Amino acid sequence: MKRKIKRSEIEEKIFKILMIVSLAIVLLSLIGIISVIVIKGFSALSWSMIFETPKGGYYLGKEGGIANAIVGSLYLAFGALILSLIVSIPLAFALQKDYLNKKIANLIRVLLDVLCGVPSIVYGAFAFIVMMHFMIRASLLGGIVTLALFMTPIMTRAMDESIRLVPAELKEASYSMGATRFETSFKIVLRQSLPGIATAVLIAFGRGIGDAASILFTAGYTDSIPTSLFSPVASLPLAIFFQIATPIAEVQRRAYASAFILLAIVLIVSIITRYLSSRFSRYNLS
Amino acid sequence: MTHTKLRKLKISYGDNHALKEINVDIPDKQITAIIGPSGCGKTTLLKSINRIIELSEGVKVRGEVLIDGANIYGKDADVLALRKKVGFLPQRPCPLPMSIYDNVAFGPRIHRLSEEQITKQLEKQKTNGLVKKEKSKKYQDYSKMDHLVEHYLKLAGLWDEVKDRLHSSASKLSIGQQQRLALARVLAIEPEVILADEPTSALDPLSAKLVEEQFKLLKKDYTIVIVTHILRQARRIADYVMFMYLGELIEHGPAEKFFNAPQKDKTKEYLSGEIS
Amino acid sequence: MKARKKADSIATFFFYSSAIFIGILALIILAVLVVKSLPILSNNNFFELLFSSSWRPSRGEFGFLPFIVGTIEVTLIAMAIAIPICLLSSIYLSEYATKRMRSIFMPVIDLLAGIPSVVFGLFGILVIVPFVSFLGKMFGSSTTGYSLLSGSIILAIMVFPIIISVATAVLRSVPHELRESSLALGATRWQTVKKVVVRSSIGGLIAAVVLGFSRAIGETMAVLMVIGNVAIIPKSLFDPAYTLTSLIANNYGEMMSIPMYDSALLLAALMLLLIVAFFNIISHIILSKLIKHNYTNEA
Repeated sequence: MKRKIKRSEIEEKIFKILMIVSLAIVLLSLIGIISVIVIKGFSALSWSMIFETPKGGYYLGKEGGIANAIVGSLYLAFGALILSLIVSIPLAFALQKDYLNKKIANLIRVLLDVLCGVPSIVYGAFAFIVMMHFMIRASLLGGIVTLALFMTPIMTRAMDESIRLVPAELKEASYSMGATRFETSFKIVLRQSLPGIATAVLIAFGRGIGDAASILFTAGYTDSIPTSLFSPVASLPLAIFFQIATPIAEVQRRAYASAFILLAIVLIVSIITRYLSSRFSRYNLS
Repeated sequence: MTHTKLRKLKISYGDNHALKEINVDIPDKQITAIIGPSGCGKTTLLKSINRIIELSEGVKVRGEVLIDGANIYGKDADVLALRKKVGFLPQRPCPLPMSIYDNVAFGPRIHRLSEEQITKQLEKQKTNGLVKKEKSKKYQDYSKMDHLVEHYLKLAGLWDEVKDRLHSSASKLSIGQQQRLALARVLAIEPEVILADEPTSALDPLSAKLVEEQFKLLKKDYTIVIVTHILRQARRIADYVMFMYLGELIEHGPAEKFFNAPQKDKTKEYLSGEIS
Repeated sequence: MKARKKADSIATFFFYSSAIFIGILALIILAVLVVKSLPILSNNNFFELLFSSSWRPSRGEFGFLPFIVGTIEVTLIAMAIAIPICLLSSIYLSEYATKRMRSIFMPVIDLLAGIPSVVFGLFGILVIVPFVSFLGKMFGSSTTGYSLLSGSIILAIMVFPIIISVATAVLRSVPHELRESSLALGATRWQTVKKVVVRSSIGGLIAAVVLGFSRAIGETMAVLMVIGNVAIIPKSLFDPAYTLTSLIANNYGEMMSIPMYDSALLLAALMLLLIVAFFNIISHIILSKLIKHNYTNEA
């Protein structure tokens, strides 16, 4: 009896240590990634890095900075954000039981979950082959559309989750005053779930701006800032990917700087997201 | 003479028959209390009068609800107009996610009342002394909508508590105040009938009393139907009582007669507390 | 009144069209991938495609085996690293950590989830690859570090947040009474965790792992950057390998210049899509049964 208790106590101790070690590994890998990128990236940063485009030859030029990638990424992500919003907002409302019946809505939810899980390289390959068919070259437009394909399911599901939390009584209150479904959706439900919707948009933005595989074939890469929807565009993730692969140290520094800026954007977006979703509780909207 | 009549009204959720053939006339300008044990179909009955019941899933309504002689479930019935005519006060006060002011203005705004319509509506109001005009204020500074908001907040007995913070969020009010705000919101669409689903059950006794008082004052102008599971509340405020049991309307009649000389055994059992 | 109803029906029309749109879009994606992979499926023997390791596109030989093996191996090794770490972390977060600790850790884990995969890749090149190269030399293998193991480590780190957040949510959803009744019988904390909490949430934990797995299998950039990309079947952890995702990413440029190449790459994409959809649906079924509120309790 005594020995048994002791053994189980030892077992618990061992597992507790293992758990703490595991958690430490998780934490350390995060700290490791962030500190490596910050250290490498920060030393590579300078005004000319941020505000100048690369100079001195395609891919290999040693001069200049990553303005092309910063601006390109913002163009791509915001463009895709707008396209995604056009589909996501109506779709997220359609999924509510005021519009679609539960079975169909849940079927679409499963479909969206699957689409969320589809690797972005598959979206990239799909979009590329379609663009080839219509003879569209890698361009800002191609990148925006592909990125929107990738972002829309993520955005819609996140919106759906927050809209679903709107209490039925609130909708009932609106309907009982003679409001139409549309008025209830846009004047009450939308307002009530606005923080959640903003969060959804940010989540999708964060995922979109960091994704490389979907735009690898569809957006192209260039040293200049695009002047039209049909010209190729650089992006931060691809700047990292292409420039780290060169043997030239100056070009690699641009990859570090790109990683630093991309990480900063993504982390800031992620922190704002947290702040938004904790700050506004359900009823607190003024 | 009555405006609201239920004829052979049957409601079912799937296989569950929530209401079995209800026939009753609801008297005008009185408080009608629907009483009965929980789960007996009180709320279902109440919600069927402005078709809010149709928001529930899998619900099926048969029979007729006649308001001013027209069946509200008829083919060309206008739900939106109906709901403007028959207001609904939910069990849990549900402030809309906007300011106090906008909560009251919500109804008139969605129904797109013009300035003249608002003026007319306000003139038509018999105020019963509930709403006193404050002479010190210069009314020309106010828009019609301001008038309306003020009027209905007074009518709901909330004005004095919120007049200084009309544009702050409605969710910051106490729960008792929220319920009176909900009342003001319903009144602002100028309904003829007000349906109230256990409107005091979420409130503290003091706030509950305030709401009850308000109902007593309002019944001169409105037909009020209230669901309650509190017998004493029904005794306090009801003029007419409907007793429901397991989806059936067992007995109904004027309050005095109902409480003093119930006809049916079930009613007697319920009133004596044997079933609850 | 009429205008309001008109606005309502226009909005309703848009809402329903968006639902139809997303359905059609999914079908189009599937159809394009299927149609585009048909030529290679009819041109080459299906079993040869899957089980031949000879990848010579210019000669019309498309053996996917190295890529399939690479994908499966890198994913499985990553899961072997990630599963114990994630489950132990989740158990700690759910059962031992204070509420305050959880409120600090969960956002941090969320942060990890948001880091773009190229940044993971860069970290891999800077830290993991040299580390694996060093490790390889200790084991007497002269590796560059761009290897199966590097890819697996990076992938493992990438799936940490997914598995941990789902697994922790699953463990937290075990009713408190269940723990209490076990503790009340004189069981220790650990016995309760082991015999009651983990056992009753085993389905959800599997779903968490499956979700991590399907994320790992489709990951492209990070793996591409550190795995070496040599189309052989790796013999050791320190050998380079090649995955289906890297195959697509590396060769899109030549897609159009060699016959059947585009078809082969889209077949790879189709395989990925089907695998991921399959695992996603499985974990979805488990989770939706388990965490009821997700799909049944609509407020």
